Amino acid sequence: MESLVWLIPLLPLAGFALLLLGGRSLGEPNAGKLATAATGASFAVSVLVFVGLLLLDSHDRSFTFTLFSWVPSGSLSVDVGFLADPLSITMALFVTGVSTLIHIYSLGYMHGDRDFSKFFLYLNLFVFSMLILVLGDNMLLTFLGWEGVGACSYFLIAFWFEDEANATAGKKAFVTNRVGDFGFMTAIFWTFFAFGTLNYSEIFADAGSVSTTTASAIVLLLCLGAAGKSAQFPLYVWLPDAMAGPTPVSALIHAATMVTGGVYLLVRVNPLLAAADSWVPEMIAWVGLATAIIAALAAVAQMDIKKVLAYSTISQLGFMFVAIGVGAYTAAVFHMVTHAFFKALLFLGSGSVIHAMDGEQNMSRYGGLARLLPVTSITFGVGWLAIAGVPPFSGFWSKDEILAGAWNHNRLLWALLLFAAALTAFYMSRAVIMTFFGERRWGAGTADDSTAHHPDESQTAHSPGASAHVHPHNEPPALHPHESPPTMLLPLVSLALLAAVAGVINLPFVKDTHFLEKWLEPSLFHNEASLNFAGGTKWVLAGVAIVAGLVGIWLAVSIYLRKSMPASMVERDFFARAWRYDEAISAVAGGPGRKAFSALAFFDHKVIDGAVNMVGGAVQVSAKQLRRLQTGMVRSYALGIALGAVVLLVYFISRASF
Amino acid sequence: MEVTTAWYLILGGVLFSIGSFGLLVRRNPLVMFMCVELMLNAVNLTFVAFGRDLGDIGGQAAVFFVLVVAATEVVIGLAIVVAVMRRQPDATADDISMLSG
Amino acid sequence: MEVVVFIACAVICVTGAIGVVVANNPVHSALMLVATLFGVAVLFLTMDAQFLAAVQIIVYAGAIVVLFLFVIMLFGVYRSENLRVEPIAGQRPLSIAVAVSTLALAVIIVAVATGGSPTGQQAATEPLVDSVTVHSTSATEALTDNQPIGEEIFPNVEQLGRVIFTDYVWAFEITAVLLTIAVVGAIALARRQRGEEESAAPVSPAAAPAPAAAASAASAPIGSAAASATHTEEA
Repeated sequence: MESLVWLIPLLPLAGFALLLLGGRSLGEPNAGKLATAATGASFAVSVLVFVGLLLLDSHDRSFTFTLFSWVPSGSLSVDVGFLADPLSITMALFVTGVSTLIHIYSLGYMHGDRDFSKFFLYLNLFVFSMLILVLGDNMLLTFLGWEGVGACSYFLIAFWFEDEANATAGKKAFVTNRVGDFGFMTAIFWTFFAFGTLNYSEIFADAGSVSTTTASAIVLLLCLGAAGKSAQFPLYVWLPDAMAGPTPVSALIHAATMVTGGVYLLVRVNPLLAAADSWVPEMIAWVGLATAIIAALAAVAQMDIKKVLAYSTISQLGFMFVAIGVGAYTAAVFHMVTHAFFKALLFLGSGSVIHAMDGEQNMSRYGGLARLLPVTSITFGVGWLAIAGVPPFSGFWSKDEILAGAWNHNRLLWALLLFAAALTAFYMSRAVIMTFFGERRWGAGTADDSTAHHPDESQTAHSPGASAHVHPHNEPPALHPHESPPTMLLPLVSLALLAAVAGVINLPFVKDTHFLEKWLEPSLFHNEASLNFAGGTKWVLAGVAIVAGLVGIWLAVSIYLRKSMPASMVERDFFARAWRYDEAISAVAGGPGRKAFSALAFFDHKVIDGAVNMVGGAVQVSAKQLRRLQTGMVRSYALGIALGAVVLLVYFISRASF
Repeated sequence: MEVTTAWYLILGGVLFSIGSFGLLVRRNPLVMFMCVELMLNAVNLTFVAFGRDLGDIGGQAAVFFVLVVAATEVVIGLAIVVAVMRRQPDATADDISMLSG
Repeated sequence: MEVVVFIACAVICVTGAIGVVVANNPVHSALMLVATLFGVAVLFLTMDAQFLAAVQIIVYAGAIVVLFLFVIMLFGVYRSENLRVEPIAGQRPLSIAVAVSTLALAVIIVAVATGGSPTGQQAATEPLVDSVTVHSTSATEALTDNQPIGEEIFPNVEQLGRVIFTDYVWAFEITAVLLTIAVVGAIALARRQRGEEESAAPVSPAAAPAPAAAASAASAPIGSAAASATHTEEA
């Protein structure tokens, strides 16, 4: 059954092709149903392949299916082949599963949108690209998928491109990704140069044969690519802006799937990480930690609910990078899976709230929605508890694994990571309280000064069916929030269930319950760092983590619900502006950057183009001079002929032998 | 002293060079033609001299054909000269410069 | 005796050649050309090319030069170029250089080939250049190879005829075609164009009425046609 692996990416591709040809004529809702069916079928096949792999022995669980030879060029031979091994099938399962749920959600969310079928077209293309990324058996195929998801991300962020801000956000995402792609590409070149092949199994078999410098260089370049795709410092700037896209896009791409591409890549090349210098994984861990803290601090001061979730995603991705850096690959994958569930859930829930609030995204105009949106608030609550790390929800287990790995490696790392976990609980609780609890800061007659003074922070989304409208600052419009339609609620409930119970795939109690760890072993080649502390320490660490989470929640409650502490204590402007990072980049790029760019453009224009033009100019000048020979005078020509004849005669006579 | 082939050859060379000089210097098309005839005659002389020297009648056969072709060439050439000079009776070789670049 | 003949003919030839180049009046050039042609014809005779000598006089001096004179007379002899002026820069010096170098090369070749002794007995009988071979078929081999023409085993005309109509018959036929083409081409090039016939036409109807003047009128258009053609073309 594992030989069906090639169907997994091809079903969404077929969906994409069909929608490309007849999407507009299919119209709503059939276009959406077709896309959902394609993705659902892909999920079904993933399950079949998974079962097929389960039935094999654990050391046999690596199956390659080659479709055709793609690049047979000299010594480089790249095939389009799909690798079905535990890691890739895990990824394929949750990618297709979450995608299907989000497709169902979009049926409701994008209802009435003018470009309904185009949305599903892009979504299917995205799923196809992501599956290529995940299932590819060589670096070039992974890179193909990598670029594909980058392109789809651009398409989908700038989906409502009539508003220039959305188009700019799409461009920003693409360009920032491109910086990372440069790293990935160079890594591919270097890999080919060092190993002579791009196929994973062949590279990993040879991993020990190259020097540590080579392996380190390749891994560093891959990190550059992963940092771009998975929004790590310093290439995370595109993710908050990417919230300009429709909420299902944010949920699917920028929470659950595309941004995990970088994490997947690094886990996939774990033999190279093992072969590199030890400071390379160290650096990965610290970069991840820095990202986690920077993003968490930025999240505590955001007013837009989607921006909070965006920074939260960046922060959680930082957690995953820390896990990779300390060698806890299973923990990274575990957290990737649970994060997909609860982050997608949170995003979809926020979409439901935005839909109910008629496009309003500013949390300062929310409040008291729990009663009015029961399903949404309950499911959102589940997601909140999961991310805050409250047992028995899934987030607790995965985060705890990462913390354990950090403690194993470096105590300081662990302490700072714990601080980030506390911050996570804090800002998420803040968001929940501001949205669902407390007094209503919306509706007729609420002349709240605080709401009047939030002019530019609020971002009104282009909710489908409604044209862009800016709320007047003085009086919030009358709203009648209602629960979302069933197509939007079904995925919420499903994801909530998953977020609640997903922890069971890798429980730390007994060795036997470490399902995920055992399952992933064939892909990890024994590079998983083993925890070298006693079992009792684990319980203490878990307890400390729970306490940190509860501290965060308590702080949020006291500031935002009980109002016993002023909010301005935490909500610093510096954090709200995301550490002024974007502004710094603009200053550098606009100032000295612009000068450098102008110099480069000048160089290109004058020197490179000039050289080419000079050739043309030289031809012109010489032709002008040569033209003077063409006098049209017969006698000049005759003289030329005579002179030529004399020269030839001299030449032949001098060479002749008598 | 005996008249050897070399003498004829040198005479041919002299005639040829005088003819070529005249061709390059004179502007009247008819005189230019006559210089061409001079050159052809020099070549004929050379052919016959070699033919006799080598004992091969082919030299004289060559002269035969040169003569025929020279006649042909004169006919055509003069027809062209006539056609040109009909328009401009004092046309010289320098006036036919329509192919200047 | 041979030497005297040669030198006399050489002088005539060279003088004629220089005269062609130097003469102002094109008619003088033509006459000097005739002189050269005569000289060359005599030299042919000394080299036992009797047929060619005759053909030279008949065709070259008798037809071609006459053709030249026809054209010269047609377009007036009083117009000739001013030889003092040379419009193209550098033409004269370079032409002199070309002529001198050509002559020098010829002399060098001859000198080197004959080993510096152009008048030696040896040089007369030795082949001048080793590598030159001329192919002849067996039909003429008995005639030509190893048989100096000067011994007159066969008459020159017969020898020439045999070779032309056997070995070189292909070239012969082609030159025949060439001559035909030349005639056609010359007529096509030199005939009057349409516009000129119109101007020539009105002359005849005007002269038609008088029958007595018909005879003179018949001859008049021919002469005036030529003259008026020239004048109309001038205009």
